[in-house]
Amino acid sequence: METKTPTNGTVDGAAKPKLTAKDYSSDQDVRWCPGCGDYSILAQVQRIMPSFNVPKEKTVFVAGIGCSSRFPYYMDTYGFHGIHGRAASIASGLKMARPDLDVWVTSGDGDLLSIGGNHFIHTLRRNLDIVMLLFNNKIYGLTKGQYSPTSEHGKITKSSPFGTLEEPFNPLTLALGSGGTFVARTMDRDPKHMQDTIAKGKEHTGTAFIEVYQNCNIYNDGAHFLYTEKDTKPDHSIMVENGKPLLFGAKKDKGIKLNGFRPEIININEGNNSINDVIVYDETSKELAMIVAQLSDFENYPIPFGVLYKVEKPVYEAQMEEQIEDSIEKLGKGSLEKLLFAGNTWEIK
Amino acid sequence: MEKTVEVLKSATIRFAGDSGDGMQIVGSRFTETSAFFGNDLSTFPDYPAEIRAPAGTLFGVSGFQIQFSSQDIYSPGDEPDVLVVMNPAALKVNLKDLKKNGTIIANEDAFIEKNLNLAGYKSNPLDDESLAGYKLIRVPVTRATNNAVKDLGLTAKDANRCKNFYALGITYWLYDRPLEITMDWLKSKFSKNPVIAEANIKALKAGFYFGETAEIFTTRYKVAPAHLPKGIYRNITGNHAAALGILAASLQSGLPLFLGSYPITPASDILHDLSSFKNFGVKTFQAEDEIAAVCASIGAAFGGSLAFTSTSGPGMALKQEAIGLAVMVELPLVIANIQRGGPSTGLPTKTEQADLFQAILGRNGECPVPVVAASSPADCFMMMFEAARIACKFMTPVIFLSDGYLANGAEPWRIPHESELPVIEGDFRTEKEGYFPYMRDEFLARPWVKPGTPGMEHRIGGLEKQHITGNVSYDTANHEFMVNLRAEKVKNIENHIPLAEVDGDPEGELLIIGWGSTYGSITSARERLLAKGYNVSRVHLKYLNPMPRNLGDILNKFKKVLVPELNLGQLSMLLRAYYLKDVIGLNKVQGLPFKASEIEKKVIELLTEK
Repeated sequence: METKTPTNGTVDGAAKPKLTAKDYSSDQDVRWCPGCGDYSILAQVQRIMPSFNVPKEKTVFVAGIGCSSRFPYYMDTYGFHGIHGRAASIASGLKMARPDLDVWVTSGDGDLLSIGGNHFIHTLRRNLDIVMLLFNNKIYGLTKGQYSPTSEHGKITKSSPFGTLEEPFNPLTLALGSGGTFVARTMDRDPKHMQDTIAKGKEHTGTAFIEVYQNCNIYNDGAHFLYTEKDTKPDHSIMVENGKPLLFGAKKDKGIKLNGFRPEIININEGNNSINDVIVYDETSKELAMIVAQLSDFENYPIPFGVLYKVEKPVYEAQMEEQIEDSIEKLGKGSLEKLLFAGNTWEIK
Repeated sequence: MEKTVEVLKSATIRFAGDSGDGMQIVGSRFTETSAFFGNDLSTFPDYPAEIRAPAGTLFGVSGFQIQFSSQDIYSPGDEPDVLVVMNPAALKVNLKDLKKNGTIIANEDAFIEKNLNLAGYKSNPLDDESLAGYKLIRVPVTRATNNAVKDLGLTAKDANRCKNFYALGITYWLYDRPLEITMDWLKSKFSKNPVIAEANIKALKAGFYFGETAEIFTTRYKVAPAHLPKGIYRNITGNHAAALGILAASLQSGLPLFLGSYPITPASDILHDLSSFKNFGVKTFQAEDEIAAVCASIGAAFGGSLAFTSTSGPGMALKQEAIGLAVMVELPLVIANIQRGGPSTGLPTKTEQADLFQAILGRNGECPVPVVAASSPADCFMMMFEAARIACKFMTPVIFLSDGYLANGAEPWRIPHESELPVIEGDFRTEKEGYFPYMRDEFLARPWVKPGTPGMEHRIGGLEKQHITGNVSYDTANHEFMVNLRAEKVKNIENHIPLAEVDGDPEGELLIIGWGSTYGSITSARERLLAKGYNVSRVHLKYLNPMPRNLGDILNKFKKVLVPELNLGQLSMLLRAYYLKDVIGLNKVQGLPFKASEIEKKVIELLTEK
């Protein structure tokens, strides 16, 4: 993993003591249920923040509504707890107005993909330089257990006692389809992977979308265990790394091979198969990203984690500033007096 | 034939045709020329919601009315003196408004069977006796226009499209207007296509000469320049004035301007205007929807911008939850609602004042928001400025109300100099010592601290906040305290706005009280009433929440209070509730402004009833 080496805690190198995770912890009591996956996300974010060398006062966490959206209250940075679904919009306006700020969105599957779905897709295509963390527990926690847009078809919940009738969103393909320039997935049970993934997202210039598989131990306990627990994880998860073959399994003997457009699972030690048949991942390939992201939707395939896609594209707020600068260069700095008296005027004496 | 010249104090003319006939364009040209000529004026564009409704149909008729005068005027006039109709549908739709004995200038070429059928005429009204009570002037506008431009080698379609300027030329002759201003406009408008400019100029001149040489006009009218206060003037529509007003507020406060908006009729021109002010550093964001637009603005306000969002009624409904958030987080935000006919999609291009309740009451919880309203197109400038002043001083969202009539209507505006504009205080706190996010100043406003300020990191949000500390608080007593505090903060604004002023006697038989765009119609009505010997006073409200603190006293000094509104009585209900005054409503919801005569009639009825 490539992260900038922390120097002395400030961007300009002034001699300030280096910040620690504790410096990012606010004086508010954390009120998530004991055992909630959100604790891990909070801990990893607080641990990784000092390495970015961004002054605390330049950092803003923006959230909508839901369990995950209480996140800003627990960070000792600037924070905005908005209204349901609108975190991306509030963050967008803030980032446009203040490109100098380091803006983060923390959101849940209901907040970001259901009520805020429209803002989610449009924010991705605009590519503001922000980080968006999706805490995906596949359930509505704060409202006490209704199905969410990522709940699997047939899921029995309080609001679907006979099972849901709808297919879930795959957040990764949705983000890719929306023009996301950085698309990744990580999990609450793997602190190191989460820190690495968040650090890569932070480094990316543009909107970094990171889905975090997060356990809700009250309303959807174990929803991700197949992919996150030691016993089952190796056979059901695949850790995607740029430039490396797509291998999985406890012995790393299973791999993903492409047969035309279709991904196939092979055992590299069986028959004529070899590691050379396995896809070597290229995070700059959108085609590959789309195929691998869809593994989550196929039965009996492993679920991908890691950075699936990363591309540099023009950033919205930078272009906005550029237009303003160009306009000032061409027309001169605007004069109110001139503008008020512009066009056809006449004098009454 | 010798032609007489009659001097008029004022005249009203309406251009009507298909929505593709360019009626709005010639109306605007007539307006510009009259403004240059020094007339006072008021305009009323009235067009269909469809961009190009099927030609010749009744619902595709587009109209533009202008009243111009040698005296101060306040409304676009009740009944046109002259009606220019480009086809039968335009005649059918507009005839009912024409003054008795008024003049109809009709493009007879368009009165063909197909168009007559589309308009529902069984026989040609130009030929039968149905127009007997009017002065009918038949002009072969289409043929004459084609004739005028025939040497330019235009396509039939392009040649045909010049006919609006031919009609405009006739009216210029009739009212003794100069042609040069319009010719200059055409040259600059079509600078890349000089043939089109030339064709329209030829059509304009041909129309003018037709008036001069045709035997059918016996009288020509003169409307002398008005005696307006000294100064430099320009013509301005309400939306343009609103855009300039918020820009001026940004510059006078030193706060960068951010507009989050979503296109909606009739508010979109504000977005268009501000999008072009890039060299002022204005940031405009066309969001994916109304909610994103207002939320982005709230984000920008948190970041220290003068945040603004513009919309119309349906969009306003979508923004309300976010406005509640702005109330809770106590950040300055200006919301412009350019009202239109509702509910739902309603009448997008027509005017109405039915969003007053929505502005004052339209959110969940006890959610007070200051509300101001502009009274004329030019007044949109100052009231927008006021909205920004209140927002910044009191750390609150403020709703600015205008409507379709003000938004698209124009009037001469005495342009203020930058130096005449007040300075808006919008200070950020940077002093760390003793700082709490929800502490209060003498106006009950909380401090505005921009992210980026070291040592003052804090969190805000829609959950109830503890007094002073701003921590999330579910304490019931604290909630009641905060609800009262927010209410008191807004109520206290009454001490920082002008008192209501009574035009006329401070007490008496009858007071007319209006708000927003009815200003012009009420003023005209009152002038007529005074001229007829009825002593009527009036108050016009520009501050709707809170209302001026002397308003109750004023109301109680009149036996009767009449409240004309373009809704079913929203201000009436508020006045009754606030002041226990049994006011009388005069209500109209036809998508059109009041005619002065409608108000005049109601007042006379009230003053003469036993």
